[in-house]
Amino acid sequence: MQAVPQDKSRAGRIPENEVQLLFTSKPENVGFARTAVALVASQRDLTVDQLDEIKVAVSEAVSNAVIHGYRDTSGMIQVDVKLYEDELEVVVTDKGTGIEDIEWAMQPTNTTDKSRMGLGLSVIKEFMDDLTITSRPGAGTRVYMAKKLAPASRP
Amino acid sequence: MIRRRKEDERVHVAAELVGNTLVIRLQGELDMHTVEEFKHEAERYLMDKRVKNLVLVLSKTSLIDSSGVGAILGRYRTIKERGGTMIAVGLRPVVKRILKLSGVLNVVETAESERRALARL
Ligand SMILES: Nc1ncnc2c1ncn2[C@@H]1O[C@H](COP(=O)(O)OP(=O)(O)OP(=O)(O)O)[C@@H](O)[C@H]1O
Ligand SMILES: [Mg+2]
Repeated sequence: MQAVPQDKSRAGRIPENEVQLLFTSKPENVGFARTAVALVASQRDLTVDQLDEIKVAVSEAVSNAVIHGYRDTSGMIQVDVKLYEDELEVVVTDKGTGIEDIEWAMQPTNTTDKSRMGLGLSVIKEFMDDLTITSRPGAGTRVYMAKKLAPASRP
Repeated sequence: MIRRRKEDERVHVAAELVGNTLVIRLQGELDMHTVEEFKHEAERYLMDKRVKNLVLVLSKTSLIDSSGVGAILGRYRTIKERGGTMIAVGLRPVVKRILKLSGVLNVVETAESERRALARL
């Protein structure tokens, strides 16, 4: 067996649409990232609430990369968006500090920054159908999230 | 030449003092970037020690993430110290869910309209 990140990424399946974003870890870019992902998602017939949920989840993952991943430094953040017939996949990757204990970080209210609330990852869990984090201290973090979509209606 | 608003100006904060109640109308998206503008404006008005209550009008707020929640709770603490009440108005469903999930709605009241919120204070 291998130690490659195991999430429900659909090896072999071809997405209907695929977009990659690569940007500097600036707070201004958080809004850019969630708007871009929502634009891809809105190629499907989604409710306003579903789009809001996707936007918030992307906002949390990208903010974490800026705040915790790169802390006082700066680096690149990559967002990979894949739109499948029945699912939207978003992967946010940074090459920052990494997470020592992922289990711990996922628990609500757990944070390494006392000025924060430890809310972001719980929000992603709440708003998306799948969340898988892989990380190596000193190397970076990969946050995989997915949301089930009703299959596109065909005329 | 046509001058455009700055592209990253995703939030607009309007504040008004009604008696000892501060009314803040927030338009746009509240995240780690735009939260600075919200904090700045709120703090500017909260310097006035007569301010006891806060009505936060969110009917035109399309998104709040955990950074936004943090900023809202920060203002709540100031209001609580002064023995005042904070009321949030016009929450859209996903905004309401994040405020509930974070426990904000355990301490901050909600109202359907600004008028009703002010009537309660
Ligand atoms: N990309 C990342 N790089 C490094 N550490 C991370 C990353 N994402 C999350 N973490 C760690 O996981 C913890 C929990 O993250 P979470 O988003 O739940 O809360 P928070 O960011 O601390 O607070 P909030 O989201 O409420 O502002 C963080 O405090 C941080 O230690
Ligand atoms: Mg966070």
